[in-house]
Amino acid sequence: MHPFDFVAATSVADVNSVLAQHGNRARPLVGGTDLLVQLRGGRFELDAVVDIKSVPEANVLELNGSLKMGSAVPLAEFYENQGVRNAYPGLIDCAELVGGIQIQSRASMAGNLCNATPSGDTICPMIVHSAQVHITSAKGDRTVAVEDFCTGPGRTVLEDGEWVLDITFPAPASGFGAAYERFIPRNEMDIAVVGVASSVTLDGSGKIADARVALAAVGPTPVFIRDITALLVGKEPTEENFVAAGKIAHDAVSPITDMRGTIEQRRHLSGVLTRRTLTKAAERAKAG
Amino acid sequence: MVATQEYKVIGTRPIRHDGLDKVTGRAIYGADVKLPGMLYGAVLRSPHAHARIKSIDTSAAEAMAGVIAVMTAKDMPEAGDELVDLGEGAINFSHASDHIMAMNKAKFKGHPVAAVAAISTNVAREAVAAIKVDWEVLKSVVTVDEAMAPDAPAIVDGWVGDDLGEKSPLPNVGSHFRHEFGDIEKGFADSTTIIEHRYDLAMVHQGYIEPHNGTAIWDQDDRVRVWTSTQGSFTVRTQLAGVLQLDESRIKVIPTEIGGGFGGKIPIYVEPLAAILSKKSGGKPVRILMDRADVFEASGPTPGGWVSLKLGVNDDGKIIAGDADIRFDAGGFPGSPVGAAAMCMFSCYDIPNTRIDGWDIIVNKPKTAAYRAPGSTHVAYAIESIVDEICEKLNLDPVQFRLDNASKEGTRRGDGPIFPRIGNIETVEAARDSAHWNSPLDKNPGNGKVRGRGIASGYWFNVGLKSSVNLSVNTDGTVMLIEGSTDIGGSRTSIAMQAAEVLGISAEDVIPTVVDTDSVGYTDVTGGSRTTYATGFAAYKAAQSLIEELTTRASTIWDIPEDEVGFEDGKFSSKTDPELSMTFKELAGKLNETGGPVSSTGAVDLENAGGGFAVHICDLEIDPETGKTDVIRYTAVQDVGKAIHPSYVEGQMQGGSVQGIGWALNEEYFMNDDGQMANSSYLDYRMPTTLDLPEIETVLVEVPNPLHPFGVRGVGEPPIVPPVAAVANAIHDALGIRLRQAPMNPGRILEALKENNG
Ligand SMILES: Cc1cc2nc3c(=O)[nH]c(=O)nc-3n(C[C@H](O)[C@H](O)[C@H](O)COP(=O)(O)OP(=O)(O)OC[C@H]3O[C@@H](n4cnc5c(N)ncnc54)[C@H](O)[C@@H]3O)c2cc1C
Repeated sequence: MHPFDFVAATSVADVNSVLAQHGNRARPLVGGTDLLVQLRGGRFELDAVVDIKSVPEANVLELNGSLKMGSAVPLAEFYENQGVRNAYPGLIDCAELVGGIQIQSRASMAGNLCNATPSGDTICPMIVHSAQVHITSAKGDRTVAVEDFCTGPGRTVLEDGEWVLDITFPAPASGFGAAYERFIPRNEMDIAVVGVASSVTLDGSGKIADARVALAAVGPTPVFIRDITALLVGKEPTEENFVAAGKIAHDAVSPITDMRGTIEQRRHLSGVLTRRTLTKAAERAKAG
Repeated sequence: MVATQEYKVIGTRPIRHDGLDKVTGRAIYGADVKLPGMLYGAVLRSPHAHARIKSIDTSAAEAMAGVIAVMTAKDMPEAGDELVDLGEGAINFSHASDHIMAMNKAKFKGHPVAAVAAISTNVAREAVAAIKVDWEVLKSVVTVDEAMAPDAPAIVDGWVGDDLGEKSPLPNVGSHFRHEFGDIEKGFADSTTIIEHRYDLAMVHQGYIEPHNGTAIWDQDDRVRVWTSTQGSFTVRTQLAGVLQLDESRIKVIPTEIGGGFGGKIPIYVEPLAAILSKKSGGKPVRILMDRADVFEASGPTPGGWVSLKLGVNDDGKIIAGDADIRFDAGGFPGSPVGAAAMCMFSCYDIPNTRIDGWDIIVNKPKTAAYRAPGSTHVAYAIESIVDEICEKLNLDPVQFRLDNASKEGTRRGDGPIFPRIGNIETVEAARDSAHWNSPLDKNPGNGKVRGRGIASGYWFNVGLKSSVNLSVNTDGTVMLIEGSTDIGGSRTSIAMQAAEVLGISAEDVIPTVVDTDSVGYTDVTGGSRTTYATGFAAYKAAQSLIEELTTRASTIWDIPEDEVGFEDGKFSSKTDPELSMTFKELAGKLNETGGPVSSTGAVDLENAGGGFAVHICDLEIDPETGKTDVIRYTAVQDVGKAIHPSYVEGQMQGGSVQGIGWALNEEYFMNDDGQMANSSYLDYRMPTTLDLPEIETVLVEVPNPLHPFGVRGVGEPPIVPPVAAVANAIHDALGIRLRQAPMNPGRILEALKENNG
């Protein structure tokens, strides 16, 4: 393994200066559950790794109507927060199924997002919650919607020197519900063959005011399917409509065949899981 | 059915002698070996599945600071072209040498081509990366069918395989043999129901948690010491002697604790490289460790391939003809377990007319090694699936059908031998009478999922072979037991218990130690389910001669003739004078004053072992929309002869079942188009975890093995035989589809359902 400097940053400025100095030869580290595996596997070489776990701004978890989550917050801290559990059951779905307890105690959603694998389990749930990514660098700040963040396998909108400081989830509207389900052949410790996140917002009359569906592991990036939103808005949350949404998902995705599954299987599962997660999201919307 | 003889120690469940060290992390495994001045080795492995080495340039690596030695195949001694038996499989030393380090050609991805010893692992890895190999990449073939095509590339240069006594015209045929009995044509002509299918299985790995490792010193006197985690230290010595061209007496193998083997830790891989690098470093110790990808790509998995089987049944519901064609991929060198598969093919049934063709086929994949009942799972998948289909078609009870057709004492096995006393019928009866088989199964539990139950039988012949044990008595009445069998599944304790039973002392009072090859007599591998049987037998014999020696001592102390001293229930006593009596412990305390220490040796060479039968029952639940399959109840029934330590026997049955379930459902070498394994990590290899399995229930059947003093039969291998078929039969029961390709993963289930529904 190529030797690198390890910088334990304690401020946003520390991080900015390391990243500014090394450009794409430096990367932030949170849990390291992707980064260290990749470095050891020789996927790429770095000259510096900057640990952001001691940066105060990256450790916030503020529930204040909306939710602001620092990029260094581990999944376990996220899902053990009772307020977060009550407000965002659709995010808890995904936070609780990444890896096992050891991984969840280190790994972050921001790391999952910045790693940008199409199969990342937390990215689609963030998309259907309309989350916004706060990007910072020595040059300044900007905000990008999660659905616009990943640009290819392992590639994001982040430019050299930029990193994610926090992610904000809007306050759930009344009548909002969300759910995430992934298909794996085993019961844990597996990468999604397909993952689907759905959210549904019901209006006062019980009709669908908004719906968002995003799919994992069926394209080069997480896939946000706007056509499903268009189909469902104004309709009743019925099985029939959700089956129709599943058909759109089935046809819209562009999966590949690999060791985890085939194109056919992934298309089929896209339809099934879209229907199932929309149904669950609508139930949660009605309940809450 | 339980053996009636009363024992004091045998059949109890003492705590294992090595348990504390293992649960506290003190036990020393291969990667824990650290010697003064030790160097760290790294291996350059072929990135190609099949490629000729045009040249290797190691100069940049040699020039690097911290690099002490670099080697290629040129540094390997020229090994002889002879075949040597290793207990579970044989070895050809020139192939072994070429396998350990490729001479001219890489025959599978991960095939070693050079190695480095350096002052740190990091430096060694960087040096390996600096070695330049000029490759001529060749077309690779990874399946039996591809490799048998007439235009397939020849993998082993100059190899000519034997095809029924003739030279095979095909380049990649390792061998083709046939066993034939009765009149097969007439058998099928007389059959009223004939079913024939082909069953395909993927290559799978044993999946032991500890990667291969080796640490070696080759000193200036040409004496070689090797520390390694292995199933057989003497087998390592034999292989090293052949590959390094040294006398066995110059090699000392020190076995560490072993983190699983299942057959895969019989061959050597990195040990000779560490030895040669040590020699080139002037006798410094060199340690080499594999990582997980190395283990998947370059150790010895079990073959993929196929079994094509035709069974004929008459109107009485008797199987009267069986014709099997078994084709296994051997990996990059000939030598798959297809011979063992043939031995097991028809073994659960009494079939008068049979033919078995076996083909060993060379492909560009890692050279296969033994894996728990090697080959038997493959053939059970075929025959147990077809038996299930016959029962369905003829509306016969699958248990009664197995009983009506069961092999028993006197039945001829498909490869010739006549069965001695076996427990096949008793095992099927125990399954029939089990709580599981008699419990109802709600096939539509109402959660959108469907359930099914399957049953399947299996057989493994077990082996005997050579073992040695030394015993010595301590003055406190405990006994040291020195053995050469490395302990994978609790065999220290199972062997100590057999000595303790004879000596009339507790299992805790026999203290077992596994020693190196200089310190005990020759002992074959811990494999073939032979260890508790054969090394236990050696311990029994050593204990018997210890008692003889102690009887003499008692007669000296009491000054009475030897034949007046009796030994019973742990006590020596005079047969005539009731006053004269000493416990084993009391006598032990007197040894130093009455002639000095007492010790004994037991050695065996057992030709036969007495086979073992298993019947498994599997309930599973399937989500028909996704193909997701969960095993919800599973019972393993097995004739174990006599369970010395029932917990360890149950552990073997549970472990074997779990490995078989993984093989059935998800495990596979997923090969991409250029012959590379795409899933060489535990993340994607998809072995079952504890969350994927119910508690495996066990039913121990004890039909004592007449060949062993306590009736022991090998128990480690039969439990991996039935699971693939049991799962297939349960899937059929649940969904009405028959899957004839393993793994029967969710994708395949969905495909089959789609095909079924048009
Ligand atoms: C055993 C195991 C099981 C796993 N199971 C799953 C699973 O079920 N589902 C799943 O989706 N993933 C899984 N993963 C992958 C991994 O755990 C997740 O992707 C995790 O969320 C990564 O978070 P992390 O904090 O460890 O990221 P790190 O490894 O620390 O970082 C990941 C990448 O993001 C970059 N990065 C991190 N933080 C920032 C930031 N603030 N700004 C810019 N870039 C940043 C890093 O430089 C790196 O490139 C598993 C991994 C392992 C080892």
